[in-house]
Formats: sequence, structure tokens, C-alpha cells
Amino acid sequence: MNAPREPTLVVDRLTTRFASRSGAVTAVDEVSFSVAPGEVLGLVGESGSGKSLTGFSILGLVDPPGEIAAGSIRLKGRELRGLSAREWRALRGDRIAMIFQDPMMTLNPVLRIDTQMIETVRAHRHVGRDAARELARDALARVGIPSPDERLRAYPHQLSGGMRQRVAIAIALLNAPDLIIADEPTTALDVTIQAQILFEMQTLCRESGTALIWITHDLAVVAGLADRVCVMYAGRIVEQGSTAQVLETPAHPYTRGLLDSTPAANAQPDEGGQPQPLRQIPGMAPSLKEIPAGCAFRPRCTHASELCEQVPPAVELAPGHVARCFHPLPATQGVKP
Amino acid sequence: MSAQQPIQAAALQQAPVNTPGSEPATGPLLELRSIRKTFGAQPDWLERLGQRLGWLQPAATVQALDGVSLSIARGEVVGLVGESGCGKSTLGRIAVGLHAPSSGQRLWRGTDLDALPEAERRRVGLGIQMIFQDPYASLNPRLRVRDLLAEAPRVHGLIDRPQQADFVAALLRQVGLDPAVADRFPHQFSGGQRARVGIARALAVKPEFLVCDEAVAALDVSIQAQVLNLFMRLREELGLTYLFISHDLGVVRHLSDRVAIMYLGRIVESAPTAEIFSRPAHPYTQGLLAEAPTLKVEKKRFLAIRGELPSPLAPPRGCHFHPRCPHAFERCREEVPMLGEVAPGHVSACHLHAIGVEASSVSEG
Repeated sequence: MNAPREPTLVVDRLTTRFASRSGAVTAVDEVSFSVAPGEVLGLVGESGSGKSLTGFSILGLVDPPGEIAAGSIRLKGRELRGLSAREWRALRGDRIAMIFQDPMMTLNPVLRIDTQMIETVRAHRHVGRDAARELARDALARVGIPSPDERLRAYPHQLSGGMRQRVAIAIALLNAPDLIIADEPTTALDVTIQAQILFEMQTLCRESGTALIWITHDLAVVAGLADRVCVMYAGRIVEQGSTAQVLETPAHPYTRGLLDSTPAANAQPDEGGQPQPLRQIPGMAPSLKEIPAGCAFRPRCTHASELCEQVPPAVELAPGHVARCFHPLPATQGVKP
Repeated sequence: MSAQQPIQAAALQQAPVNTPGSEPATGPLLELRSIRKTFGAQPDWLERLGQRLGWLQPAATVQALDGVSLSIARGEVVGLVGESGCGKSTLGRIAVGLHAPSSGQRLWRGTDLDALPEAERRRVGLGIQMIFQDPYASLNPRLRVRDLLAEAPRVHGLIDRPQQADFVAALLRQVGLDPAVADRFPHQFSGGQRARVGIARALAVKPEFLVCDEAVAALDVSIQAQVLNLFMRLREELGLTYLFISHDLGVVRHLSDRVAIMYLGRIVESAPTAEIFSRPAHPYTQGLLAEAPTLKVEKKRFLAIRGELPSPLAPPRGCHFHPRCPHAFERCREEVPMLGEVAPGHVSACHLHAIGVEASSVSEG
């Protein structure tokens, strides 16, 4: 890697709240991270952990009763909080793009692919239809769509799930954005298609210097893709660090628990006999309405003590490896037997 | 936790509890023989006439299953893996009896189920139950849990009304739920709890054989681990046999004794779990294993399988995998490969085996 570059995105103590009848609910709680150009950041968490909402907050997509209550979001040094609707429109799809889980929700079913792609280009740049069409064709070819000229004339329903997701990715790439936020884009796809798309995304972002935030529940996807990983639990980032730090020497008991709960396909063959039960995390993730005070993981944690009734501060355990835990696991314990 | 409490109601005890392998195997528990299944509109007489005279194109049919045979021994856990559209769910539904096969036989302990009289078949069919992917879609939202769980055993005369409360409580404890939830409706549960209710409902008629169709796919990792552990505990306690359908190789590897890999309506490889994961023989299996995401931190070069699953409306000739296979040659385009033994208990359908070429180079790199 080259010398430290200025990060593309800096999120600092971002807090998103939802007003409800029983008081405000904090869905994203003091989340801080940054992404460098060409870097892939994996944002991992279970459902309800606030990972998708973090992505929506960055894009300014949180609607009332939700609001960004505190913190700052800076894209290339420019503060995004408090932008007008007009400024957001100019930004979204141009400087920041998003890829959603279900491409059928992203693509307009009654418009041909070319109409939708040309529209995306011309909304942000003064180019002619033909030039825009040329750009669209190139983008489709780049994401590995065979015979892009024919596909341009197709409607979304005529394409398979994998192809549709590729089209969604091509649209995200059209205006060479600084940042792409991908929210579980391969979760609905088959393993072989997922592998192809992961590979292509990785290459494209490296080449173009686009920062990528990959939101997923699957640690295994992150392992092969991301440079750095943030693990979220109940609205907070409980651990972040390089992919190797987080997956090989997890410090937070929750990360450790997630890793132990994942049945591994390519693990070393165990020596004969019955499979061992998975080491499960007891209980379940708290509802956002009743997040325990202090460390939210406390009721499910085997290491919890009285200390954990306070909110644990972010502690840097190694350069770049930060965990919010009073009882971080020692590095040696992290290696999976 | 209530999971650890002993099961009280005698009604729940399986009559003959067998630990796997404790009695000499007397043939498979369930055997599916060359099952074929086609979906498509049945032409009426006018359409048939039109087709006969060449005025109409024959209606498009999907060949979901193309001569699939699978036998499952008592106490065994068979994992069925494949991509979406490969026919794995159809096979599961045929195993339970939700679909009738277009041709082929379904044998339960050696007797053909379709040859049995209706009443007898229904009685035997209780032994085979299914657990669905989405417990929310498969539980009636207007019934309380106690009614959901007691309905089937009461209809089939397994319990009387006075026994019902105890029976439901015991079932709930067995799947690790508090018996106090019996009065709740399905929407009042979390995803993991709902999955447990779905399992309890399947267990209510004391089956010996469970077909689990992506039973943990919709759950979060930490909840998925809890439900997988529950499946393993139930297998030990009740001597259950599972057909575990999943697209997740990690889950299947963790749970299964034997794994069958399906591709576009055919089983392409089947072997004991350790064998198939250490020495996959079919190029498709090799690609699938190479591309499954793992927790190993490494930048991977995923390129083993190109392209997509072809449409089952027009499957390729010969070996269905040949358009995506890096080793395909002339014969693969013409002739359907048969399942052949490559090692004891390990069968694979690939022409490469016949000419003695190892396809192992695919999985490397």
C-alpha cells in the first residue's frame, strides 16, 4: 500500500434516533469509522444491529420519525449533515452510490435497462444520449455481462437474479463515485454467482479507487473481500480493525461468539465421529427499545462483570484494532482450534 | 433455561428409540428410486389435437427432477446441496409426499408408498414430516401455539383433549421454549423462536424422518447455531433421520453424515461428508467448494465456475454442467454421464472418471 491517503469518508460519532411513542430509540449509537480510496470496509452485524441504518444515514436516507441526532459525516472533507434536498440529489448516484439487496427493488420494472442507465448518467452530466449509452455499455461490460448491447435493450424481468444485481452494480459504477455502499448485495444469490460478483467488485474498486462499504451478516464473505471490518451489535461498533485482526484475533466476546457460531465449509476435517455442537451465543439480540444499559452484550456475555454496567470505551489494542470491551480477549485465545 | 429440563410427558417418548447404528441395518428407511418430476400445464384434448396436427407448439415443461435416486438409512443425516433451481426442494417435497412424482418409486422401509391403500399411506406418512424455510409463512397466524401444535396429533388420534396441555408443554420444552408461550400467536415470537415452533409442530406426530428445507437459512448466525445444535440434540434424543436441504455448505458439513450434490435436476455426486469435502470428484462440487466463502482471511481468486445455471426449461444436452465445466469435452455434450463409484460409498457422475482423468486441478489455486 502507498503512503496514507486522505480518507474518502470519515464518519464521526454518528448517532441516529427514531422517535417512538415510548421515547426515542437509538438505532445507531456513536458510530465512527473511515474508509480510504480503494479500500473495502466490511460492516458486519446481525439483523437489528444498525448496520443497514448506518448505510442509510450516510446517504441521508433516514426519514422521519428517524433523524441523525449527532455526529458528522464527511465525504472528502465535505460535511454531509444538513445538506439541502437539492444538494443531496446532486450527490447521490454521482459521488455516492448504493447497491441494495434486492435488485428488483432498485430497477424500474417498466423501463428498459438502457433507459435507466442513460437517465443516471444524464442526471449528473451534460452528455448526449449516444455518449451516455456508450458509457452504459462499457459499465455493463466491466461487470461481466456478456453481450451488453443486447442486455441494454432488455427489461429487468428478462434477466436472472445474478444479472440484475450486476446491472445494479453497473449503475452504481456509472458516474465513477467516490463511495459505494453495498447493503447485502449478494445475500439472495447462489454461491457461484456470489463468488463471481465479489471478485468483480473487489477488482473494480481497487482499479478505480472507489471506497466500498460492504454491509453483510456473513463474516465469511467479509473474510475474502474486505480490508477492514467493523462488527456492530445493538447500534454500536463493538470491534473494528483489519480483517486479519478481527477474524484471527477477535478481542470482543461477541465477535468471538459469531465466529464460533459459523459452521465452516472449508474447515480442517475433524478426526472422525460425530460433529461437535457449535459453540452458540446464549439468548438473542436485544430489541432496540430495551437495549441494556452499559455494554449491550452484557446479558449474553460469559465475561461480563459489574464493570460492564458502564458503557465500555473504545480501546485500541493494537494499531488500528479497536474494541469496546472491558474484558477484551487476549490475542492468543482468538486462534480457532 | 427450559431446554435442560427433563421431558416429562410419556406421550413424547418415541416407541422404539434407536441410537444410530445400534441395530443391524435392514435396508434404507426411505428410498427414492429414479424419481422424475415435470412441471407444466397438462394440455387438454384440443391442445393435444393441435399439437398432433402440428398447429401448436408443445407446451413448455420444466424437468425439475431427472431420474434421481436417493436412499437414506435409519438414523442417517443426508445433506442435499445445490443452487436455486436445481430441484432440491422438489425432491424434498416428493420425499414427504407433498408432490407426486411424475414417475419413479417412493419406498418406506422397502414398501412402495404409492401402492398402499389410502388409509395406510396416511398412517405411514405421519412418520415423515417437513420443516419449512420460513416458519412465519408455514404457521397459521390466527392460531395460538397450543392449537398449532396439538391440531395434527388430535386429528390423527394420537392424543385426547385432556392430555393436550401436558403434551404441548412437553413439546415446547423439548425444543427449548418456555411452556408459558403456548398461549401466544406466531407473530409474538422472534425468528429463532418461530423456527423452534416449526420444529415442535413437525415433532408433534412423532415422526422418524424429517425433511428440513433450508430450515436455518433465514436465521442470524448466532440464532442459526442454536437451532443447529437443537437439531443435533433432537437427533440423539429421538433417533431421528434427516434429509437436510441447504445451499450452505458450512451448515451441511456440520450436520450431515453424507452429502448429495444436485445440479439441474440430477444428483451429480454423493459421498460421506468427510470424503466429499476432502476429495470432491465432480468438477461442479470442486467449484462449489472452492467458491464457498470461508473465515480464512485471504483475498481469493474466485473463478472456478463461470456463467450461470441454465434454464431448466431448456437444459443443455448431455451432461447438464458441460457449458460451465472447465474440463468439458466432446462426449459431455452428447452423453449423460451415469453415477459411478470413484471410491467406496462415493459416487460421481462425470465422464472424466471413465477416462481416468482426475479433475482435481480445478479446486486448486
